[in-house]
Parts: sequence; C-alpha cells; structure tokens
Amino acid sequence: MDSQRAWVASRKGLFELQRSGRDWRIARVSFLGEPVSMVLPPQDGRRMLAALNLGHFGVKLHASEDAGATWQEVAAPSYPPQPDGAAGPAWNLLQVWSLEAAQGVVWAGTLPGGLFRSADFGRSWQLVDALWNRPERLEWFGGGYDVPGIHSICLHPQQSSELLVGISCGGVWLSRDDGDQWQLQADGMRAAYLPPDLAGSPNTQDPHRIVRCDSAPEVLWCQHHNGLWRSTDNAGSWQELQGAPMSSFGFALAAHPREPGTAWFVPAQADECRVPVDAALVVNRTRDGGRSFDTLRRGLPQENCYDLVYRHGLALAGDGHTLLMGSTTGNLWGSVDAGDSWQAVSQHLPPIYAVRLG
Amino acid sequence: MATVAFTPQLRRFLAVPDVDTVAATLREALEAAFALNPRLRGYVLDDQGHLRANVVVFIDGRRSSDRIALADPLAPHSRVHVLQALSGG
Repeated sequence: MDSQRAWVASRKGLFELQRSGRDWRIARVSFLGEPVSMVLPPQDGRRMLAALNLGHFGVKLHASEDAGATWQEVAAPSYPPQPDGAAGPAWNLLQVWSLEAAQGVVWAGTLPGGLFRSADFGRSWQLVDALWNRPERLEWFGGGYDVPGIHSICLHPQQSSELLVGISCGGVWLSRDDGDQWQLQADGMRAAYLPPDLAGSPNTQDPHRIVRCDSAPEVLWCQHHNGLWRSTDNAGSWQELQGAPMSSFGFALAAHPREPGTAWFVPAQADECRVPVDAALVVNRTRDGGRSFDTLRRGLPQENCYDLVYRHGLALAGDGHTLLMGSTTGNLWGSVDAGDSWQAVSQHLPPIYAVRLG
Repeated sequence: MATVAFTPQLRRFLAVPDVDTVAATLREALEAAFALNPRLRGYVLDDQGHLRANVVVFIDGRRSSDRIALADPLAPHSRVHVLQALSGG
C-alpha cells in the first residue's frame, strides 16, 4: 500500500493528498460540495472508485481510469424489486459504506445491508443473494443508521474465494466460496446493549470495524460497540481484550500488516457521549495482541477537543508506521512513527468519513 | 403536449433538457424522459421505481400525490417540474 498518496472522503468532496517527507499536502479536490461516503484507491496504479451519497438524488458511483484526474459515472449497485410483503427494510440503496477489490473483483458493502459484487470494475453489480436471503438478515438492525449496513469487507490474501464482512448490527459473516455460502462467525462477542439473555447472540453483534492482518490472515481485530475483540483463528472464535486505557468504546482501528500483535484504536468516551475522554484526543496502540496498550497523545489536541474518528477514519500504510487519522470535525493528522507523534495535516476539512492510503 | 422540466441542480451530473410528451400520467412522462436519458432514472426514482424521498414533483402548480405508482394525471398542456425537496439537505 502506497504511503506517499492518500484519499480523504468527506462530507463535501474527495481530497487527494501527496506526501513529501513528513508533510502531506492537498493535491486535488474532486466532487467538491458532494458527500463522498467511500473511496477505493487506485488499483494497478490507476483504476479507482468513489461513492457519492447525494442528499436528493441518491447514491452514485464514479470511476476513474487515471488515478482521480478525471471521473465518469458508472452504475451504482441497485437492489432488485422488493417482493410484496417482504419483511425488513425497503430494498433501496441508501449508502455505499465499504469498497474493497482483489483478483479483478470489486465488493461493495451497503446500507441497508446488501453486499454487491462487480467483475467489471463497477460497470455492473450483482447483489450477493446468498447473504441477502439469509433468514437471519431480518433480525439485523441499524447501528449508527436506521438500517443495517456492511462497513467492513476483509478479503483473504491467500484464499481468493474467501471473504469476511462486518455488519452493524448483524455480526460477522464468512464465506469461503466467493459468496455462495455464508457462516455467522461472531462467537465470543457480547452485546451489552441487548437484554442479558440475548447478549451472546452472534447475529445481533455490532462490530464497528473489523480489520485483518495481511501477513497473518487468521488474525482479525474488531472495535465493537462495547469493547475490543481479537480472533486468532479466522473468526472461529473471538476473545475480548480487557483493560484498554481511557475507554473501549470507539469506531476506528488499524492493524499492522506484518505484526499480528499490533493494532491501533481511537477511544471515545462512551456510546452516550461520543467525544474524546476528557476532551483530549488519544490513540491506543497494542503490540502484544491486546494484553497491554500504549496511549499515544503527542501532537494531538489535549484540551477542548471534541473530534470523533469514524470507522474508516484511521488508515495505516503498508510500511506499518505511516498513519493518517481524520475526524468528524474536519481535522486530519499524520504520523510517520507508528503513532508515537502526530502532526496536523489540515484543520479545515469537511467532516471526514474515510481515509485511505494508496 | 405536456412539458417536463428538471431542476438545474441536476446539470452538475447530467444534461436535463425539457422534455415534451403526450403522456397522460406522470409515470409515462418520466419514462419518456428516461428513454432519452437512461441515467436520469436513478436520480429521480429509487431502486423500486418510486419517487425518491427527497425529490418533489409539481404538476401545474400542484404537488404530485402518488409517489409510488406516479399515476397523477397530466392534461394535454401540463407543465411538470421535477425538483429537489429541501428535506434532502
């Protein structure tokens, strides 16, 4: 993953950043004024996608063949006709929340909970019926939005037909056959927001974000609605990480691509008060699989700070030490030393939905 | 013929010239516009073919009432405006 270029999807446009030494500068703005809910950085150095969420006119998808210099609208994922009387949310695309690509296939996770697949880089999309038609889907519910959504798509670097998705609120689902069959894989998670006898139900867990370790793909990290979890057996079981400093509530996480014990989290005070603890922004980093954490705060605002970092607001480059973090308040910070220190990149961006390197 | 005019806000994304049509209902008039510009459909209608929640249509100065079937009748010289609703932000 390129550590010299980054993309910021925001409430009012898509920003391309270029790095020179420790400094990042804004090199280009696309879709100024439009909400950009997600971006897929250039694949093969040039082909990329941007998902717009127009307030009046719906979700649109744009493709670039020249790394963001020019864009063309392509087909957005579309839900099929909803059968009369079908239960659950309306079959209407409300947002593209996640985009991932590998082996010539692009996957889009959406609100209200559908996963879509494109084999022609967004020219056409197919709803993954096998997941959408699972009866368990009707038990999913909204987390952060009124309807369920797929925010995390974890592809497997060694098994091209395997993918895992995280759903708020619908647990963790794994397919080993390119999406034809799915298994619910959230054993060990706990939902503190449900009645006690339902807390262990895998299908109603709220994983805020799930990220896989590239070089040890059986290791997965999860920032959950009410805690941190880690799996070392490809989501066969999940173990809660106790003792994170400040708070275990939050949204964003980053996983080191080569060190399966290293990950970063951005704590917020609590579900009912989504601001930094004591109005001081910090990042928690573990290097021992979650047994202990360093709380990193150098260069981050330590008073009167009310920034929240969304699910996709923390990005890590393939070098394992270049980080970018963007907030709902439009602040963007960079680190070149694995989070030990941070520098403000911009303090005047629109609310940031996603940051990606590459 | 009835005339369908689209909000100039849509020009950010696609060309939206006025469309003259002999359509007898709003649905038929919109389909005539979509036939000329297929990409326009997704800006006006949702996945289920219903009027988008934050799009509003006025027919001869009166807001359309059927957001699902779009069966509001048109007169031979109706003037139809397809606009963004301020509820859309």
